[in-house]
Amino acid sequence: MKHQITVTVNGNRHTADVEPRLLLIHFLRDTLFLTGPHCGCETSLCGACTVSLDGLAVKSCAVFAVQCDGRDVVTIEGIAKEGGLHPVQQCFWEEHGLQCGFCTPGMIMASRQLIERNPDPTDAEIRHGLEGNLCRCTGYQHIVTAVRAAAALERK
Amino acid sequence: MISQEFDYAAPDTVQAALELLAEPGARPLAGGMSLIPLMKLRLTAPEKLVDLRRIPSLRSIRREGAFLHIGAMVTHYELESAPLIRQECPLLAASAAAIGDVQIRNSGTIGGSVAHADPAADYPAGLLALEARVHLTGPTGEREMAFEEFVLDPFTTAIEPGELVTAVLVPVEDPGTGVYYQKHPQPASGFPMVGVAARIRRQNGHISFARLGVTGLSGKGYRAREVEARLIGKAGAEAEVKDAAAATADGVEASSDIHASAAYRSHLACVAAARSILRSLSAAN
Amino acid sequence: MSTVTTETPTYVGKRIKRKEDPRMITGTATYLDDIKLPNMHFAAIVRSQYAAARIDRIDTSAALALPGVVAVFTGADLEGVGNVPCGVSLPGLRIPPHPILAQGRTYFVGHPVAVVVANDPYLARDGAELVEVEYTPQPGVSDPEKALEPGAPAVHPEWPDNVAFVHKQENGDVDAAFAGAEVIVKQRMLQPRVVANPMEARGAIGDYKSAEGTLTLHSSTQIPHLLRSIAAAVLGVPEHKMRVIAPEVGGGFGCKADVYAEELLVCFLSRKLARPVKWVEGRREHFQATSQGRGHVDYYELAAKRDGTILGIKLKIIQDIGSHQQLLTPLIPTLSVLMLPGLYRCKTFRAEVVGAFTNCFPTDAYRGAGRPEATYGIERIVDCLAVELGIDAAEIRLKNFIEPQEFPFSTGTGLIYDSGSYAATLGIALETVGYAALREEQRAARAAGRLMGIGIATYGEICAFGPSPYTPAGGWESATVRIEPSGQVTVHTGISPHGQGEETTFAQIAADELGVSMDDVVIVHGDTAIVQYGIGTFGSRGTAVGGTAMFLAIEELKKKILKYGAMLLETEEVEFSAGRVVCNKTGASVTVAQIAAASYRALKLPPGTEPGLVATSFWEPTNFTFPFGAHIVVTDVDPDTGEVKITRYVAVDDCGKIINPLIVAGQIHGGVAQGIGQALYEQMSYDENGQILSGEFTDYAMPKAANIPFIESLHTETPSPVNPLGVKGVGEAGAIGAPPAIVNSVVDALSHLGIRHLDMPLTPEKVWTAIQGARA
Repeated sequence: MKHQITVTVNGNRHTADVEPRLLLIHFLRDTLFLTGPHCGCETSLCGACTVSLDGLAVKSCAVFAVQCDGRDVVTIEGIAKEGGLHPVQQCFWEEHGLQCGFCTPGMIMASRQLIERNPDPTDAEIRHGLEGNLCRCTGYQHIVTAVRAAAALERK
Repeated sequence: MISQEFDYAAPDTVQAALELLAEPGARPLAGGMSLIPLMKLRLTAPEKLVDLRRIPSLRSIRREGAFLHIGAMVTHYELESAPLIRQECPLLAASAAAIGDVQIRNSGTIGGSVAHADPAADYPAGLLALEARVHLTGPTGEREMAFEEFVLDPFTTAIEPGELVTAVLVPVEDPGTGVYYQKHPQPASGFPMVGVAARIRRQNGHISFARLGVTGLSGKGYRAREVEARLIGKAGAEAEVKDAAAATADGVEASSDIHASAAYRSHLACVAAARSILRSLSAAN
Repeated sequence: MSTVTTETPTYVGKRIKRKEDPRMITGTATYLDDIKLPNMHFAAIVRSQYAAARIDRIDTSAALALPGVVAVFTGADLEGVGNVPCGVSLPGLRIPPHPILAQGRTYFVGHPVAVVVANDPYLARDGAELVEVEYTPQPGVSDPEKALEPGAPAVHPEWPDNVAFVHKQENGDVDAAFAGAEVIVKQRMLQPRVVANPMEARGAIGDYKSAEGTLTLHSSTQIPHLLRSIAAAVLGVPEHKMRVIAPEVGGGFGCKADVYAEELLVCFLSRKLARPVKWVEGRREHFQATSQGRGHVDYYELAAKRDGTILGIKLKIIQDIGSHQQLLTPLIPTLSVLMLPGLYRCKTFRAEVVGAFTNCFPTDAYRGAGRPEATYGIERIVDCLAVELGIDAAEIRLKNFIEPQEFPFSTGTGLIYDSGSYAATLGIALETVGYAALREEQRAARAAGRLMGIGIATYGEICAFGPSPYTPAGGWESATVRIEPSGQVTVHTGISPHGQGEETTFAQIAADELGVSMDDVVIVHGDTAIVQYGIGTFGSRGTAVGGTAMFLAIEELKKKILKYGAMLLETEEVEFSAGRVVCNKTGASVTVAQIAAASYRALKLPPGTEPGLVATSFWEPTNFTFPFGAHIVVTDVDPDTGEVKITRYVAVDDCGKIINPLIVAGQIHGGVAQGIGQALYEQMSYDENGQILSGEFTDYAMPKAANIPFIESLHTETPSPVNPLGVKGVGEAGAIGAPPAIVNSVVDALSHLGIRHLDMPLTPEKVWTAIQGARA
């Protein structure tokens, strides 16, 4: 039995009839065509699906769309101001914080939360704060540099 | 990767939730961090999920006399970061902070974790050391029991059909108590291979109070009472502590898997206990 | 009117941010699962839960009855489809037939038994759950050494010895070397299977158009053209009517340089059902049915003089092949033999590889593909020799290194190392890490009961695959460089990057060569309908081989550009400089853009010259290239828990000329991280029958950010004489240097306890148990 939900995604309200078992990530990717969040695993460990739900970074593969009725979702597609780049995006670009790019949307969403909560993080705090995001390409070093740079940029 | 079909409701009172849970095949949904992955793997298939997120009374944290009353739907992140918890029950904050990762802590709840009773969860070590209590609400009313009695077996608790864990109660920590949660994570899942939580108080330079909770070692968490007993009266020198901690795994049937054999896990529990005690001691007055 | 900028900065060698990134950081890149085609349906595969089993019955009726399910197929339905191919030929190689769906028997957990197609991915999964399969499990075997023992379960009944092939190679008088040796060290070493686990698992969409008889296969692949040729043959589709498109590919590491049953399956399904069919690999499926890396049991013997001079090497490799041969499966361990001597001048060796069938999915290329295995082995056994003789680990290596004046150096294995400065590079690593002070620190640490280790690994590797006689499918690479009428540049490259950044580095090279702005160069790859035939990206060949093809095509273009310049300037006294053809008498010049406009407008053509500015080059390399390096790792071992902490990681790598230091650093970090994973955390676990024990990220420990230390990455630049760019390749170096450096370090930390070797992964339990054993 489908349920009607109304979810605000990247500032736009969407109303849809969904099966309760539809995962948020599939709602975003297949119903709303926001393919930025990616599915990288089946055990909610890799974090490639990370989005913001009511301001909290969550793994959208472990949330049902019905749980988001009346709530606010932001995906990678929605973090930048019109035509520009969010400081975290900008710094990932500057510092080569990505290679294949698959983990990147989730990594950026998690990094954004990290900096919001800890505006001047140490490298150890950055590495710890990204425990929920796996990357197989970069070895994380440039990601750490990028997050540090973004934090500095946001402190200005 | 895809759950089986189910029906869904999101009531806004505990009473309404209980009525929905009275139906056969209905299960409560808290943060979903344990339940949803299981449903996706099709290891469990509830017919109906009763989402508790809209019930305000389940989200509150308040002090009630000597206890902190924590609503079941309070998230690990809230427990890790709330000033009230960090000050009044630092061991609970430390336990919450050790769970999973940031995203999991943003969604996962203490009530959900306690009701799920994963033998490798983080909370049991701290909740046992805190002698925490579980508050249950059901069709026949409210009841409370010690966390230690609530968890029976892996993934099995004393919860009755139609009942909900509605709160967890932990004591307001006496100032001067040193606490620490020493966790050795399984490197893939992040769950504790073993985790030991300690609460230590000193009086006149000797240990006057010791509570030690162990998780991850076996089918359920437990109080290491023999270790606690050995500590009382000791000054807390490293050798004494290690000697006491050597009993941590005694009489416990340790789990064995590809990540750690029973023998190593038992050894690790003793090491974790010693470290937890020593770190608590250095934080204790 | 030209819009090309005519300023001419130099890009090569500079730290330049990537052209790939804007789409990736905004979530607008298109990976396989992002592709939506009209009427696209979804395939869910029913996979065996047993390794070896007889399939007694498959009942698809419940699945077919589910609304939304349009078809279910089993192994009985595969008319018109051939088998998953193996591209390697070796004497005596046994290639078991590998149909795309199991036929009556399964061979590994995850073996595809049936496939359900539905109009919705959720319904496809529901349908797959409804397919009933009855199995009779058989005994299986997962350990390659046990598989070779008499009486082991036969993976394939026709080959009860479970031998897939035997490969031997030797050089020099090995017996004399060992007979005359003053010391011989022996060591058995395990290099367990590891799983590539790119963050994007595999996926494919088959799109057959029956009216035209054309087939488009979208696949997350590293080898679009090879995949096209092979798939066309297996499916009986004329090659010119087949198109393969690699969309954005989210990592590969070798596991996507292959041809898989599922890629062929979606084509079969699309043809059968006359609609596009998509299959996306779940992570669990990746553990079950994507090729894995390593899987060695190695027996090393090293003969030497007391002064540390290596006289001879013996090696027996038992290679875990798996149940079948994937595209390059048996080739990989033979590459280990080629690199057996490492950076040392010893040419006397005897090697034997025995490939063993097991009831696990096949092994195949994984970052380094045979060379990390070889480096691990030689660097470990050399350390064993050093300990045996009481010679310092750095000293023993310096003693045996090939010296700069000896290049090009013919190895005993038949390779010709192009260039190298091994001692200098090790020297930089030693100095950077402060080796002498560290050994002092170690002495003090030991006295205080601390377990501190210093591990060195020097490596060479065979890269930039490669001269075609030595590669299974041709090792050349292609490029078409097209200057548009506007003067902007389009490059079609036959390589297929998936994170390596060639859209940027190739643009750097092209922009420098043509004297245009990088913004005016676009690099196109991955679509066989657009790009001329190419070989693909693996074996650190992208820039070394693909970049060279592009460079040579540009050289051809420059010749034409000069002719046009001469015509337009009405003089033969011209030269190409910074994006212009300049008369070196008068200084008058024309830009590339002006020449482009003139050449397409063709009002006047230089004698014997065609209109247009396009050149294609297919470059056949004359040799592989041989990057090299030295990694030094300092570790602290916790004696109570066995936990290993890397306290310093110094990597000095020589990949020849560096095009973009930012990208090179990223490759090193990423490779080192995978090496750390292999050394400390990762192991694909099966029970003795082949049942998977580590089949998800919850049980297979991928390194997280907090598990990787800061990597001090330095470089020397010894240009390769093999290609005009001087590039050697860097994609695999980190994964080659890290495992031996780390294991050498931990063994060094424990050597005073009498421990001589520990096998990867160095889990805390393994290390702790070894310490307990030594102290007992």
